[in-house]
Amino acid sequence: MNYSETSIAATTPFLSLENVRKTYPGVVALDGFSMEVRPGEVIGLVGENGAGKSTLMKILGGVTTPDSGTITVDGTAHDRLSVEGSLGSGIAFVHQELNLFENLDVAANIFFGREPLRAGPLKLVDRAKLRTMVAPLLKRVGANFSADTQVATLSLAQQQMVEIAKALSIEARLVILDEPTSSLPLAETDKLLDVIKALKADGISVIFISHRLHEVERVADRVVVLRDGMLAGTLPKSDIGHDQMVKLMIGRMLKEREKASEAARAPGATALAAKAIRTPAYPGRPVDLDVRRGEILGLAGLVGSGRTELARVFFGIDSKLGGALELDGKPLALASAADAVAHGIFLVPEDRKLTGILLDLSIAQNISLPNLPAHARRSLVSSSAETATAEKQKKDLGIKAPSVQTRTGTLSGGNQQKVVLGKWLAMNPKVMILDEPTRGIDIGAKAEIYGLMRALADAGVAVLMISSDMEEVIGVSDRIAVMHEGQISGILDKDRFSQENVLLLAVGKQPK
Amino acid sequence: MSKKDLGLLILILVVGAIVALINPRFLLPINLANTSNLIGLFGILSIGQAFVIITGGIELSVGSVVALLGTLFIDFIAVRGMGWPVAFVLILVLGAIIGLAHGWLITRLKLQPFVVTLCGLLIYRGVARFYTGDGTAGFAFGQNFPDLEFLTAGRSYGVPNSFIALIVISIVMWVVLHRSVFGRYLYAIGKNEEAAKYSGIRTGRVVIAAYVICGVLTALSAIYFAMYTRSISPASHGQFYELYAIAAAVLGGFSLRGGEGSLIGVILGTVLLQELQNLVNLLGIPSSLNFAVMGGVILIGVLVDQQWGVFRERRLMVDATRKSAAGAAAE
Repeated sequence: MNYSETSIAATTPFLSLENVRKTYPGVVALDGFSMEVRPGEVIGLVGENGAGKSTLMKILGGVTTPDSGTITVDGTAHDRLSVEGSLGSGIAFVHQELNLFENLDVAANIFFGREPLRAGPLKLVDRAKLRTMVAPLLKRVGANFSADTQVATLSLAQQQMVEIAKALSIEARLVILDEPTSSLPLAETDKLLDVIKALKADGISVIFISHRLHEVERVADRVVVLRDGMLAGTLPKSDIGHDQMVKLMIGRMLKEREKASEAARAPGATALAAKAIRTPAYPGRPVDLDVRRGEILGLAGLVGSGRTELARVFFGIDSKLGGALELDGKPLALASAADAVAHGIFLVPEDRKLTGILLDLSIAQNISLPNLPAHARRSLVSSSAETATAEKQKKDLGIKAPSVQTRTGTLSGGNQQKVVLGKWLAMNPKVMILDEPTRGIDIGAKAEIYGLMRALADAGVAVLMISSDMEEVIGVSDRIAVMHEGQISGILDKDRFSQENVLLLAVGKQPK
Repeated sequence: MSKKDLGLLILILVVGAIVALINPRFLLPINLANTSNLIGLFGILSIGQAFVIITGGIELSVGSVVALLGTLFIDFIAVRGMGWPVAFVLILVLGAIIGLAHGWLITRLKLQPFVVTLCGLLIYRGVARFYTGDGTAGFAFGQNFPDLEFLTAGRSYGVPNSFIALIVISIVMWVVLHRSVFGRYLYAIGKNEEAAKYSGIRTGRVVIAAYVICGVLTALSAIYFAMYTRSISPASHGQFYELYAIAAAVLGGFSLRGGEGSLIGVILGTVLLQELQNLVNLLGIPSSLNFAVMGGVILIGVLVDQQWGVFRERRLMVDATRKSAAGAAAE
């Protein structure tokens, strides 16, 4: 390790991890990971989706137990931390999704469950005392709102300040901020970065996790880069720079993907076109995108860049706020998912269990659901027609289940995903949108799903694949569109495919 | 018939046998006819309720609708001299409109079913009382409608026609709920409305249709109740009927979370409730205890069912662990 000799480096670390390893069935999430955090130090923690950041956070929060390794907090070595132990030793979290009671005021949120009480048997909350306790905390985070403001009326950045004040109220010595700026507009982000500097001035350590590398550049004293569960490198203050971080994140050895086996296909006609579409997630950012017949268009970008929201508009779940959609050159109006389905636009959603399938229904019932009238005579469901369709999909897709009457809830993730695919393949897809189609699926099933997407494209279907898996995006797509904060930051043709280019576009820079 | 339904049927037979042993009058034709008439009346509105509950909703205004539409029906034919077939159809249409309004408020304006139908409960009761000037709606002396009376309060071969009507409606609604495309949509929405929507189902329309069906069946039962009592004081007529209907559905295995329950179940639930009412009368239990007995039995029934489910799940898990342990040992 190569820290520069600053005054911080001289002090003993507040937290140090040594050789921490954590495996999940089939995956090594963290492998021999070591890092140190000194008092008053701001660490930027970066890495791609799936690099192991969340696992690391879970270990520090005491939510998961590492398989091996040592965690030393404030001089005491532990094999593992418990939730209470983590909190007790002064580690506080501010998560991407805030944990606030929106219907309560700021003071009540900060001291929730620890309210000062008045004497007497009724245990009434001592509001006056509560306010005197909250005031200095709010001042420390530079809040411009009062303690009795309803949290629901605060902006996101202000809500984050409440969370940080909450962390300070338990006398936190290390505050971990997980993607705190991903949903903040620019001006609010500046406020938050100021709060981080204030914490640092008070001698509190901060771990700042972010995909927005320029913010990391601005506040971090040191950057720790994770890749594939391992420490890819540490950058001292003097070496922190955008390019260095990207290089470490994707590895020095840029794997040259085997160039597409086939010659570049002649692009088909545009099937689905978005013209200046504005989604509810980023109302001020119009999106233009063409999905052509016979191609797999990869849609890359960081979590929260607005990809799923775009897919929801294409599928009629959310209505667009502006712009126009076209299908095969004709204007397309979508009032509901039913309209999209009627036009042959299908979505394999990101959250399989909540929106993809009905876990309580059988494979056959799930597959026939979008096209039930076709499986019915005089609006009575024909179970033989239903079974026949399901049997065909089960065979074509290789769904492993005792029978098509099996409840889908009992199937493995990969097989559930095949059921979702099956229900659309049984109809005639024109545009197939797949949102993280291989998340949580084992490698064998992944390959099969790639094969299916390619077969669909070869049959003339326009395929739009949203994915956070860089290898997948580069390996499967014919073209890659990259989103950054609600907009398409660039579209790469096959000859410009590289992890570096995708990542640069994903953080809002232009590729070389 | 599912195991749950079978258990309920056995319970009905056992309770019936005990009552018959203690008081043989239970089996007199006149008692059986009276009880089956009541089963017919309550069964029709319970089926309506079941269609709403399956979507995860609830319809609390049933009792007030029975009062309002019953009052209107008697007023139409006895006072305004409307032909009864016309009035009959008009009342069903009014029931449909009420259901449509509830469904629209719930799906389009995103109000909670409990709130919408609770307001309905208050509104319709108030309107009914206002309409009659808080008086009683009834027929004048000597006013007769032979055909209508035969269809609603009459008997064929000793069987009340209301009960026969229930059987016919049950068969039709069984097909709708358990065999039709619409029925499948209802279950899918009850299980997971979001996933149903992502499968391209127009969930709003389906839910509205469920409330319309409930409204029409409630209107039909309102006519039957009106012809059964022949005079209606809107302040009390039909009070708590929504609770009878909900109780019948819950006893019949419906989950208030939606997506679960069968038509046979709700019919058997109605039968059990009316059997209990009859039991209270026949066994000389003070009629003031009526509700307490019903509440107690429903609670015990639901408790046994739930505990049985827990027990079964645990046994399945033990079996699975044993199997996988055996598999591991074999390797």
